Amino acid sequence: MVSDNAIKNHAAERRMFLLRTAVAGAVIMVLVGVLLFRVGFLQVLRYGYYETRSQDNRMRVQVMPPVRGLIYDRNGVVLADNLPAYRLEIVPEQVENVDATLDRLSRIVEIRDADRQRFRDRMAKTPRFRGVPIRLNLSQREVARFEVNRGSFPGVEVRAGLTRHYPLGDVSAHLVGYVGGITVEDLRRVDEKRYRGSNHIGKSGVEYSYESRLHGEPGSRVVETNASGRALRELEMNRPVAGESLFLTIDARLQRAAYDALGDQDGAVVAMNPKTGGLLALVSKPSYDPDLFVDGISHVNYQQLISDPHKPLFNRALQGQYPPGSTVKPVMALAGLETDQIAADKQVWCPGFITLPGSNHRYRDWKRSGHGWVDMPEAIYRSSDVYFYKLGLKLGIDNIHRYGAMFGLGSRTGIDLPRENSGIMPSRAWKNGTRNQPWFPGETLNTIIGQGFMTTTPLQLAQMTSRIAERGEGYKPHVLGGWRDPLDGTMHQTKPTALRPIQLEDASHWGVIISGMEQVITNPRGTAHYYVGQNLDYTIAGKSGSAQVTKLTQNQAAPDIEDVEHQFRDHALFIAFAPIDDPEIAVAVLVEHGGGGSSVAGPVARKVIDAFRSQPPVLQASAGAGR
Amino acid sequence: MSANATNAPSTLSEWLVYWRIDLQLLVALACCAALGLFVLYSASGQSTAVVINQAIRLGIGLLGMLVVAQIPPEWFRVAAPWVFGFGVFLLVLVVLLGDTAMGARRWLDLGVVRFQPSELMKLAAPLTVAAYFRDRSLPPNLKDVGVAALLVAVPVLLVADQPDLGTALLIAAAGSFALYFAGLRWRIILLLVLVAAATAPLLWYNMHDYQQERVLTFLNPARDPTGAGYHISQSKIAIGSGGLFGKGWLNGSQAHLNFLPESDTDFVFAVFAEETGLFGVMALLGLYCFIVARGLYIALKSQDTFQRLAAGSLSLTFFIYVFVNIGMVAGLLPVVGVPLPLISYGGTSMVILLASFGILMSIHTHRKLLAT
Repeated sequence: MVSDNAIKNHAAERRMFLLRTAVAGAVIMVLVGVLLFRVGFLQVLRYGYYETRSQDNRMRVQVMPPVRGLIYDRNGVVLADNLPAYRLEIVPEQVENVDATLDRLSRIVEIRDADRQRFRDRMAKTPRFRGVPIRLNLSQREVARFEVNRGSFPGVEVRAGLTRHYPLGDVSAHLVGYVGGITVEDLRRVDEKRYRGSNHIGKSGVEYSYESRLHGEPGSRVVETNASGRALRELEMNRPVAGESLFLTIDARLQRAAYDALGDQDGAVVAMNPKTGGLLALVSKPSYDPDLFVDGISHVNYQQLISDPHKPLFNRALQGQYPPGSTVKPVMALAGLETDQIAADKQVWCPGFITLPGSNHRYRDWKRSGHGWVDMPEAIYRSSDVYFYKLGLKLGIDNIHRYGAMFGLGSRTGIDLPRENSGIMPSRAWKNGTRNQPWFPGETLNTIIGQGFMTTTPLQLAQMTSRIAERGEGYKPHVLGGWRDPLDGTMHQTKPTALRPIQLEDASHWGVIISGMEQVITNPRGTAHYYVGQNLDYTIAGKSGSAQVTKLTQNQAAPDIEDVEHQFRDHALFIAFAPIDDPEIAVAVLVEHGGGGSSVAGPVARKVIDAFRSQPPVLQASAGAGR
Repeated sequence: MSANATNAPSTLSEWLVYWRIDLQLLVALACCAALGLFVLYSASGQSTAVVINQAIRLGIGLLGMLVVAQIPPEWFRVAAPWVFGFGVFLLVLVVLLGDTAMGARRWLDLGVVRFQPSELMKLAAPLTVAAYFRDRSLPPNLKDVGVAALLVAVPVLLVADQPDLGTALLIAAAGSFALYFAGLRWRIILLLVLVAAATAPLLWYNMHDYQQERVLTFLNPARDPTGAGYHISQSKIAIGSGGLFGKGWLNGSQAHLNFLPESDTDFVFAVFAEETGLFGVMALLGLYCFIVARGLYIALKSQDTFQRLAAGSLSLTFFIYVFVNIGMVAGLLPVVGVPLPLISYGGTSMVILLASFGILMSIHTHRKLLAT
């Protein structure tokens, strides 16, 4: 049976098998064709597309942030330094659930509520593709612990980097400023490409105004990465160029001396080299710790700073606008001489007040009993108000404004620091423009003694003092003295910008007002003789000023200082320069609600000049060797 | 038999005949295997350990193939139903108490080695169908077709249930090819194709989530480029970026930088295509086609129904490996776990594959004895 079948079907079966094999072979050829067509489609027709995709997979461009330039004082003392630091960053875009990630992270590294709060604040202000620090200054241990668990935290990275540190702390905070995290607004005013890898941008002070020079140019690195994003080898490298290191005209020792001289009073000190316009010290008190801002200030700290009634963040030296008081009297005297309204030796009767025709209002002298007969130098060193009231009536507001403006009062000096205020040097035009009112003669009397509408910044007073010291010459105030080229290390000096000299009809008029200012300190009847003029071994000229905070009522004389609540006390001002023949330093001091200019601000100015003279500045040419 | 035993081989051809080696098949397989070692070295990130492992397996596989070639084909025919029965028994055991690895029960822990009974069925199923048809008149009647279909369906369903779609597919293919060569009528084939198309939705609802995911991803790889579609996207990038001439051996960035997952196992073809380009792919396909053609030639030359059906179905199954693997890696077919024969890193499957070529050699070299 079996063999019958086999024999019977043998030939037919072979034929059928042959046919089936042929069909199978044909189908195989078709299928191989399909495969080849498919692979050919991918490898030939879509080659360009997939080649690009493959390169995109493989290569990553890494931005290498530049090292920020350091900031030194004139002698090479570091004012802003870079310190190595590890921080933990989260790129919000690459993290699915930020909260869950934070919770898991907190099991590995310590994350306090303050860290979370700060992270949230920063995240809201940062573009989503940028890393936001969650922890700063990680310990080596924490870095190691995180690296072990790195795989389970996509989008979280440890970044080794540099952080900014300000060795002088609050002493130089208002001058050097600070850097902080880059916000969306910051990116609007800089070239975003230069900041791809950077964490900090200047927020205030020198850090802000010289941001573009301090920052440097980022480099880039093209690396081959594997699927988990780890860089395997470098394909291309473009080194970053460090920012320029800046050398300020500031003398750190003087800065500290001025800071200490103010004690715990609120106020400002500006010390300037009158020969260059370079600032030697710029202090505003109270101050703050700039390091707090560098890696994002905590909510608590920030609240504390902005709710402090003494306003530590407020830069009094540049932004504070105070009535200059009697400190403008030398300039007003000069106006009188130059316009031939009065002669230097003309004796003027100074009772305790004057009245204007057709009015009962008494314009009082600060000294109720008056000064008797005084000539111009005496009017300056005894600070007679009545002398200047009478001079003011002759000068008129137009001359007063002209001479005040000539010395830079009421306009920004253009210093290379941010957010300077202009103050007000009032004039008819100003009053008409801002109040839509005509000028009243009484306002002239207020203006000539630096009260009323008139306000100035301590910096303007320092500039005014410098120009008196230099007898009309002058340079734009600045803090940048030089810089070091990051590439070849060569030192460059900034050239001071000369201001248009104040040309007098009679140059001897300088001598008159400087003599008056000298006697403020040297004459036993000078207002500051007792407070400033003791044990002097150099020549010095100065002028005190007390700026009224509240208006005195009609018949009221200035009350005894101790009886006035602090916030209603006058602001105390003092300007000075030394030595007289060859001025090396000009100082303006403001003590908020300090009371008497001579008694409170004067000693501060004296201490600053003493400190300056006891430590003559090192020549700037050698500053580069400082570090 | 006695002629071989008495005359010691003196020339190469005599020697080959003595050891029952089909030279053309051996050379083609050896070329393929050697090529595979080079590709693996690159695909594994230049791991000598992987290459040595694979070389050892290849050695075992080739040795196994030669041992199998010595066995007369009749023995396979006699043994096939028993092995088949034993295999079904093991598959049932796996279903009942198999080890679970990677979400699927495939392994049977035999104490010494873990063993996938499903691999055995790739040989046992077609051989059993071939053996069943040996003494029956062909083309088969409806009853015989039914019995053969049942023989195929039982292991396929058991394996698919593990679930191991790739192996189930290969077993089904091997069994069906035997049925095809036996002379299954064209209209029944047509009917089966239609029925398969009609029951596809039914199949869909019985699939595991991850299998459904694979099919969906196959239909639209961009659907989830970082998840299930990632394999296909990255392998297409690898293949496409190879271009005509390839990036050169050891220069395929997709695999070396770990963008391509499973680059040394199921997706090894992508590495090969990336590094050798379209010309390399054509050469490889040529080599595979030669092996299939040689297998079919052996089938044609064999004089016994069992041998014919066995040789034919084993040859076509080999091609199915190639087609399904390359089709899947190139994004033509859904992702199923089918290795690229002789090149993908892996043991059991390759040993079984080489054993099937041992059977082909046995069929071919024992032929003359039957002819006398």
